[in-house]
Amino acid sequence: MSFHFGFAQGLRAATVALAISGAFLTAAKAGPTLDAIQQRGVIKVGVGTSPGFFAPDSGGKWQGFFVDFGRALAVTVFNDPSKVEFTSSSPQQRLPALQAGEFDILLSGVTQTITRAFKLGFHFGPVLFYDGQGILVKKSLGVEKAVDLDGATIGVQSGTTGELNIADFFRKTGKKYTPVVIEDSKEFVAALESGRVDALTQDSSDLAIRRSQLAKPDDYVVLPERLSKEPLVPAVRAGDDRWLEIVNWTVYATIQAEEFGITQANVDEFLKSDDPSIKRFLGVDTSLGEAIGLDPKFAYNIIKAVGNYGEIFERNIGPKTPVAFERGYNQLWTKGGLIYSPPFR
Amino acid sequence: MSTLRPPSLLDRSPFLKATVGSGGNLILSVAVLIVAALLAPPLIRWLLIDATFTGTAESCKAASGACWAFVGEKLKFIVLGFYPQDQASRAYAASALLMALLALSAAPRLWGRWLAGGWIAGLLAAIWMLGGGGPLSPIPTEKWGGLPVTLLLSLGSFVLAFPLAILLALARRSKLGGIRLYAVVLIETVRGVPFIAILYAATLLFPLMLPAGAAIDKFARAAVALSIFVSAYLAEIIRAGLQAVPSGQAEAAASLGLTQWQTLRLVVLPQALKQVIAPIVNLAVGIFQDTTLVAIIGMFDLLNAARAAATDPNWIGFYAEAYVFAAAIYFAFCFVAARYSLWLERHLRTP
Repeated sequence: MSFHFGFAQGLRAATVALAISGAFLTAAKAGPTLDAIQQRGVIKVGVGTSPGFFAPDSGGKWQGFFVDFGRALAVTVFNDPSKVEFTSSSPQQRLPALQAGEFDILLSGVTQTITRAFKLGFHFGPVLFYDGQGILVKKSLGVEKAVDLDGATIGVQSGTTGELNIADFFRKTGKKYTPVVIEDSKEFVAALESGRVDALTQDSSDLAIRRSQLAKPDDYVVLPERLSKEPLVPAVRAGDDRWLEIVNWTVYATIQAEEFGITQANVDEFLKSDDPSIKRFLGVDTSLGEAIGLDPKFAYNIIKAVGNYGEIFERNIGPKTPVAFERGYNQLWTKGGLIYSPPFR
Repeated sequence: MSTLRPPSLLDRSPFLKATVGSGGNLILSVAVLIVAALLAPPLIRWLLIDATFTGTAESCKAASGACWAFVGEKLKFIVLGFYPQDQASRAYAASALLMALLALSAAPRLWGRWLAGGWIAGLLAAIWMLGGGGPLSPIPTEKWGGLPVTLLLSLGSFVLAFPLAILLALARRSKLGGIRLYAVVLIETVRGVPFIAILYAATLLFPLMLPAGAAIDKFARAAVALSIFVSAYLAEIIRAGLQAVPSGQAEAAASLGLTQWQTLRLVVLPQALKQVIAPIVNLAVGIFQDTTLVAIIGMFDLLNAARAAATDPNWIGFYAEAYVFAAAIYFAFCFVAARYSLWLERHLRTP
């Protein structure tokens, strides 16, 4: 905000700006993105469309794993999970649209890479989902690990990096395989069902969705190995550090809550906890929130509104949903996964 | 046919003549019948006999046919997109209004100043019904979707494009070099790039040129982009019509003492437009289908909403049904337009 009129008006405008910013954020350090969000009163989030991750329900409301993190952000900024607007756009258009300011953040399953960081001028938040190329096989094959695959016929979709990755993998294991390149997306799954191929390889999130569309999903399994690294992260424009930190710590709050064992259902009981780190985390001890200029209870509000990381995962893409994704690498670091939050202190 | 003989059945029925009139026609007809006979049974089985009309995603998965229960469940979403469903009646009313205007415009005797005014008023009313204001709660354009968006974009862009296209067509025939050059550059540039490129420019490049903080609604940008696109094509059609009007018409009007403007409005344009009604309807049908491209800039028109409906994890993967349903709606509109265009051509073929 810039004011080029008298001091008194400036003072008044500044007071108004402070009021608009609300009690949760200090106006002083807000960058251009956060300023725009405050003025607009709503966060603009770019998403994709993929079952479980971001999809409209029958009532026309967005639901999904990434969507819930968008709601969590709205809680941090406005203490209201509904003050967020989701817009779907195509993979080719997402990054230019973020650059053009159409979105404040992309929660569309962007893979973090060094090129995107250096050349495109984006910043990335914490990894929300560790994706990677997986292998989907028939259970009747009796294979439990990818290294056991020998002489298998494997379907790869043309025009993807999957072809190279699977070749690298088999070169390393020294086993033999026959690749079958399949163009059409519908045919890809049909090849597995008809027995034309023994296995399919593709990003594991995509394989899980395809598995759910098979006539008998339970006859198939996604093997635990990942042949490539696809860390899916929130992406923001460079130039607003405070907005990036809000994104970071909103995600971390859901992770830290799961580590503490705090859920949507029991978060109120935890308010009575004697543990100083939990008191700080939930804002019973307000010193932390005051120091960073956020509502001291922002973590409490997030958990109350959308739940912890594990709950978001289970609700949208976990084993009980049609997408049926195992936690795998997306398990907490304390349970053998990679999901980790820095300390709240 | 040199010898005289009584006309056979083949001579009297153009249909029979076309299908079995010669050896080649006969072979083609039989081939088409065989292909149809092979395709029809599995198609009908999928569409009707094995289809699931009510029930859940599970009962659909168990059956081998189409899942019309999915379309039933998602009907509101496909037709409205992300438009708030408790305000659905507003979107229905806006769509009904636009379709009523379309139906009125089909009658040649209603063509005139009143209809042009009616379109402007009708479009504004439809935008008000969808977007709100006054007694209606405001609904941002980002939430508009489904059939109303498809109708508003295609019809609205046509109405906006029409005056612009007439100006461009006249400018291109102007004797003033500067004006002519301007029209040629605009028309050929727009016709020389794909619609997607214009859409991208309107949604991604244009905002970068605005001063910081200023923003023009994405829906409006898309509508303007579409209007410019339509106007370039429409201008060329209208120019063709203008060229078909004999120069004697304008000369005769001038010798009667009509001003240049009167000549244009009363003599030249009516004759020119009448010549090109069929290509204009043709263009309209094409534009109606081209509006589906707004999906790539994240707008949920009818087709994109149908696609998105099949990503709900509870109703996962019923893409075929979603697309068949959307295709049926598009087909209904385009088929009516095509039949209308045929009728109109016959109707206007008066001396």
